[in-house]
Amino acid sequence: MGFLELAGVRKEFPGGVVAVENFDLDARKGEFVSFLGPSGCGKTTTLRMIAGFEAPTAGTIRIDGREITRTPPNRRNVGMVFQSYALFPNMSVADNIAFGLKLRGMAADARRKRVGELLRLINLEGRGDRYPYQLSGGQQQRVALARALAIEPTVLLLDEPLSALDAKIRVALRQEIRQIQRQLGITTVYVTHDQEEALELSDRIVVMSEGRVEQVGTPFEVYNFPSTAFVASFVGTLNALPARVVDAASGRLSLAGQEVRTTSTISGGAGERVTVAIRPEAIGLEGVDPTVPVGAPNGANRLQATVDDVAFLGSVVRVRVRLAGDGAHRLDVDTFNNPNLAVPSAGAPVALHFAPEACLVLPGSALPATTDALEAAEAML
Amino acid sequence: MSSAEQAVPVTAPAPRPARPGSIWAWLGVLPFFIWTAMFMGLPALFLLVGSFTLADGGLGIDNYRDLTTGAILPAFVNSIQLSFITAVVGAVFGLLLASAAILGKLPRVFRSALMTFSGVASNFAGVPLALAFVFTLGNLGLVTKLLQDVFGFSLRGTGFSLYSMTGLAIVYLYFQFPLMVLVIAPSIEGLRREWREAAENLGATSFGYWRRVALPILTPSILGAGILLFGNAFGAQATAYQLSGGTIPLATLVITAQMQGDVLFNPGLGYAAAMGMVFVMGLSILAYSVLQRRAERWLRS
Amino acid sequence: MSGPAVGARAPEALGTIAASARPRRERSVGAWWAWLIFVVGALYFFVPLLATLEFSLRACAPPNQPCTAPDFSAYSNVLQGEEFYEKFGYSILVGLVTIVVSLLIIVPTAYWVRLRLPRLRPIVEFVTLLPFVIPPVVLVFGLIRVYSRPPLQFTATELSSTALLVCAYVVLSFPYMYRAVDAGLAAMDVRVLTEAAQSMGAGWARILWSVIFPNLRTAALSGAFLTLAIVIGEFTIGNFLAPWGFGPYLSLLGRDKIYEPAAVSLISFGLTWLAMIFIAVVGRGRGSRVQVAGAR
Repeated sequence: MGFLELAGVRKEFPGGVVAVENFDLDARKGEFVSFLGPSGCGKTTTLRMIAGFEAPTAGTIRIDGREITRTPPNRRNVGMVFQSYALFPNMSVADNIAFGLKLRGMAADARRKRVGELLRLINLEGRGDRYPYQLSGGQQQRVALARALAIEPTVLLLDEPLSALDAKIRVALRQEIRQIQRQLGITTVYVTHDQEEALELSDRIVVMSEGRVEQVGTPFEVYNFPSTAFVASFVGTLNALPARVVDAASGRLSLAGQEVRTTSTISGGAGERVTVAIRPEAIGLEGVDPTVPVGAPNGANRLQATVDDVAFLGSVVRVRVRLAGDGAHRLDVDTFNNPNLAVPSAGAPVALHFAPEACLVLPGSALPATTDALEAAEAML
Repeated sequence: MSSAEQAVPVTAPAPRPARPGSIWAWLGVLPFFIWTAMFMGLPALFLLVGSFTLADGGLGIDNYRDLTTGAILPAFVNSIQLSFITAVVGAVFGLLLASAAILGKLPRVFRSALMTFSGVASNFAGVPLALAFVFTLGNLGLVTKLLQDVFGFSLRGTGFSLYSMTGLAIVYLYFQFPLMVLVIAPSIEGLRREWREAAENLGATSFGYWRRVALPILTPSILGAGILLFGNAFGAQATAYQLSGGTIPLATLVITAQMQGDVLFNPGLGYAAAMGMVFVMGLSILAYSVLQRRAERWLRS
Repeated sequence: MSGPAVGARAPEALGTIAASARPRRERSVGAWWAWLIFVVGALYFFVPLLATLEFSLRACAPPNQPCTAPDFSAYSNVLQGEEFYEKFGYSILVGLVTIVVSLLIIVPTAYWVRLRLPRLRPIVEFVTLLPFVIPPVVLVFGLIRVYSRPPLQFTATELSSTALLVCAYVVLSFPYMYRAVDAGLAAMDVRVLTEAAQSMGAGWARILWSVIFPNLRTAALSGAFLTLAIVIGEFTIGNFLAPWGFGPYLSLLGRDKIYEPAAVSLISFGLTWLAMIFIAVVGRGRGSRVQVAGAR
C-alpha cells in the first residue's frame, strides 16, 4: 500500500467539463512523482485535489492510510509550492517561513531556530529580514519551498514551481529541489509541462492528457517504452512518418518505397496505412558519425536519404534528411557532437541506420498530437 | 481623483538620455509647463505672497496667526470634521461594498454594474447632488414624506436637518463611498487566490487568513484611499454651497464668501486661509502617494 | 521535433484544452452578507435619483398635494424654453474647447516624456497631481486675483472671461488626460512605433499625426469624456468666471423654481451617465477603468 494513494479520482467542473478522469496513483514514502502533460491535461487539478483546494467528484485520496478526501486544506498538513511563489508580500522572509509554525503555536524561540535551519537549507542565510519584493524570482521560490517545508508536511506538492523563472536558474533550482527532497526523504508530487524537468527529477512520471493517465513509469520506461502515441510524442522528440504494412506477421513495413523491419506487433493486413515513429537519436548516420559501421549489421534497417539541412544544437548535431523516393518523408537525426564528425553539406546522400526495436508502429495515418501542436494550443490559451 | 492603479506607471521605459544641448527635446513639454505655471503656479504664488502681506503692505506671518481667531478656525474645524467622518464612514462602507462584490461572489453583472454606478456616483457631485437630496430628505422630500405618511415618523421631529452638518455628511457620503469602491477595488482584486490557498495550506482558517494576510496587505491601500476621501471632501465646495447657501461654516465656503466680498476685512487673511487649504490637501495627497507606493509594491511583487 | 508530416493538428484535442484550460471555482450565487451590503449600497444610490424623478413629476399641484398622474410639465417648461439649451450649449462648447486644448498640450508632453525625457516623468506626474492639491475654490480665488486687473484683465468681457475659464478647466483636466494618454502610450510601445515610422522616413509631425494620435484614440476619448463630465456641471469655478454657464444656471434654478431643478438635475445626471457608460464601453478590455473626477 502506498503512502500517497489516489483511487478512482474524478473531477468534473460545473458545466460538465471533466478535468480529471479515473486517476489512480500509489506513491511510496519518499518517492518523487511528477505529473507531466500539456496545459489543461488535469495535472494541476489533481494536485489541487491532493492539497484540498478542489473536492473530487468521485474517488478517494489517502495519505499514510488516512483518508483525507474531504478534509479542509488547513488540516491536511500538506506542503504546497505555487507557480507564482505566493509569498505574503507584507511579511519578511523569516515571517513567511514562520507563518505555518506560528499557526501551530510553536514558541518563538523554537520558531526562530527552525527558520534558521530552513534558511540554511535553501542557502538564504542572513536574508531573513528581506521582503519578497527585494528577492529575485529564484530566491522567492526557494523561500516558498522553505515555507512549505517548515510545517514538516507529510507530502510536498509543487505546482510548476520553476516555470516563471529564467532557463539557467530553472536548471540550478531543479537540482536544488531534488537534493533537498532526497535529503529530507519527503514524498513529493511535482507538476510540470516540461518533460526535461520530469525526466531529470522524478522517480516516477505520470504522463497525463485530457484528464486521463496515459502512462505511469520511471523516466527510463516512459522515454524508451512509451505505451501510447501521446506519450511517445510528448516525451522527447519524435519522427512520425506515414508507412504501409508489407507483412504484419514479421513486422515489415514500406516507408517511402524502402523496406523497414520492426519488432512491433502490427494489426492490419498488407497495404494498410500506419505511422512509424522513431526517436531522432535512435538513428545513426553512416559516413557522418565514425562510430556508425558501414553496411547494416545485426539486422538494422538501412535507408537511403539526402541531407536537407544541418543544425548545431550544442551537444547535439541535428541533421535534417529527406528519404529517397518521393522526397516527402523528412526526418531529424540527432548525433552527439564531436570533432570527428564528418558534417555533411546539404544535398549530400547519406544512409540511415536504426534498429527494428527503435520503431514504434502506430495504427492508421492519424498522427498523434505533437508537441508542436500542443505548444501552439498553449500559445492560443 | 484618479483611480489608484494609474497613480504610478507600470514600467518606466528604458531611460535614454536626451541629446545634450538639444533645445528641441524640451520644446515638446514646454507648453505643458508654461500652461501650468500661468494658470496654476501664478495664482498659487499670488495667494502665497498675499498670505504673507499684511494689511499695511508689509510682510509677516500675522495672517497665519490670525487664522486661529474669528470665523476661520471653526470653519476649518468643521471642514476637517466633516471630511474625517465622511472619509471613515465612506471608506468602511465602500470597502464592504467592494469586498461584497468581489469576494462575496456576486454574479459578474452586479460587479460591473457596481463599478459603473460608482464611476457615475463619484462624479455626481455638486449642484445636482445637493438638489437630489433636497428632493429626498428635504422638507418636501420623498423619504421625509414616506416616513411621515406611512410610518407616522417625523424626520424633523428628531431634530434632523438636511442643512446641518449631519445632513451634509449624508450628502457627501453619496460621492464618498463610490470613490472608495473605485479606489479600493483594484487592491481587493489584487489579493491573489494563491495567498489564501498558501495560508490555508499552512494551516490558517478563513479568519486567520484575513487577520494575518489579507487585511495587513490591504492596510496601506485602505489608509491611502481613506486619505484620498478626506481630501475629496475637504476640497468640495459646490455641494455645500448649494445646500446651505453658505450658512454652514466650511473652509471652502469661507473662501467663497471672501471672494464675493471682503468679509474677513483683510485680504491677506483670505489668502492665508486658502494656503491653509492647500497645506491640508498637500499633506493628504503626500500621505496618499506614500501609502499607495507601498501598496503597489506589495500587490505587484 | 519530427518530420514535417507530424505538423498535423489535432483539433479535438485543442477543443478540450480550451474548454478545460483553467479550472474555475464553483460560482455560487453570492453570500448573504454580500447581498445585504449590495442592496444597502444600491438603495443609497437609487433613492435620491428616484426621489428626484418623483419630484420632477409632481408639477401639477401645489407642493404638498400629490398628483393623480405623473406630470411632465417641469420637463416641458425646461425643454421648451431657450435658456436650457443656451446654457447647456455654452457648457458643452466650453467642454469641447477644453478637451481640444488639453489634448494638444498633453499628447506631445506624454509622448515626449516617454520617448525623449524619461527623467522628467516624476516631475510631470507631480505637476499633474497639483490640481488635487489646490482645490478649485482656491484656484479660482488665485485666478481672479491675478487675471482680473490690468494688464491681463480677462474678466472684462464675456469672451475673455470664458477664455480664462477654459484655461482653468484645461489645468483641471491635466490629471485625467495625462493618465489616460500615458496609459494609452504604455499600451502601444511608442518607441518601436516611432522608430519604425522614422525608418520609413516620417518626420516628427507626421509621426504624431499619423501614428501616435490614431493609436491613442481610445485613451484620448476616455480622458475627453471624463473632462466633459467634469466641465458640464462645474460650479465652483464657473460661478465666478462664467455665471452664465450651466452649473450656475442649475444652481439658481434650484433656488428660484420648485420642480424644474429636479428635471434638469435628472437630465444632467443622465448625460453624465451616458458619458461614463461610453468610457466604460470604449475603455473595455484595455485595462482602463472608469476614473473619478472628485467632488465639487
